[in-house]
Amino acid sequence: MKFGIPVYPGSNCDRDVGWVIEKVLGHEAVYLWHKDRDLKGVDCVIIPGGFSYGDYLRPGAMAKLSPITEEICEFAERGGLVMGICNGFQILLEAGLLPGAMLPNKTLSFICKFVHLKIENTNTPFTNLYRKGEVVRIPIAHAEGNYTCLPETLKEIEENGQVVLRYSSPEGIVSEEFNPNGSLNNIAGICNKRGNVFGLMPHPERASEAILGSTDGLRMFQSIVEGVVKA
Amino acid sequence: MAKFLAKVFITYRKGILDPQGVAVEKAAHQLGFTSVKNVRVGKYITMEIEAETEEEVKREIEEMAKKFLVNPVIEEYSYQIEKVEE
Repeated sequence: MKFGIPVYPGSNCDRDVGWVIEKVLGHEAVYLWHKDRDLKGVDCVIIPGGFSYGDYLRPGAMAKLSPITEEICEFAERGGLVMGICNGFQILLEAGLLPGAMLPNKTLSFICKFVHLKIENTNTPFTNLYRKGEVVRIPIAHAEGNYTCLPETLKEIEENGQVVLRYSSPEGIVSEEFNPNGSLNNIAGICNKRGNVFGLMPHPERASEAILGSTDGLRMFQSIVEGVVKA
Repeated sequence: MAKFLAKVFITYRKGILDPQGVAVEKAAHQLGFTSVKNVRVGKYITMEIEAETEEEVKREIEEMAKKFLVNPVIEEYSYQIEKVEE
């Protein structure tokens, strides 16, 4: 299977994602330069974390205007699989592929730590190898992960099961106490209605090898392969 | 063609928690400015625009706001336009 990883000026998790795809999963990863329009025939796009365009104006606001992002939007509209991690999630929100927006963390600080996440929806191409309600341990590293949206949008994404991940306790309790950034309803990751676009603040690529302290993130990449290769 | 100076002010929408505004308000209170309320911290963007009329400048600003300057989910904006005499 072939994964495409767009690289914007300021992306900094692109090689980490590439490493997991190639060295850990054993699949092909190609890098997609932000000025290009060629998706190189990939089966799935993973927008990596970092600080595209220095987070100028708002995180993701500049990257949404890149030629490669336009191509990714068209790819997603055709049903292509797109996953955005951290800044990648912010880009998906700004580009309108996912509903809502990000605010600065309620603490106003950059938070970099392992968190617990409850898997709320396993019926997606990105989470099909998890158990519903399972709690996983994956790190976050962001200053703007405080997810928000209009009340009617929140109602809609909750009812449609578009909330895929929530910040929780190790036992799976979802409450304000276990919400690191102030995010609405402890939302850590959402998908679009169709289910082919997924954005999340945690970094699964940083939790895909035992040496990094957790392998809980690996199943997200394996889920994608499972869906595409077995389809 | 005339030259205009546009000033665009962007803040979080009403009802959106502005953590920076809250922090600034607390600091103001701490310093004795106890009557200060509803502090909002935002962005101030200036730009020079060449156009025939002020109407044209308005259209440009509003279009830019819609396309990328402002995220309507969380932000609102206002602007002022001045003619630049050369």
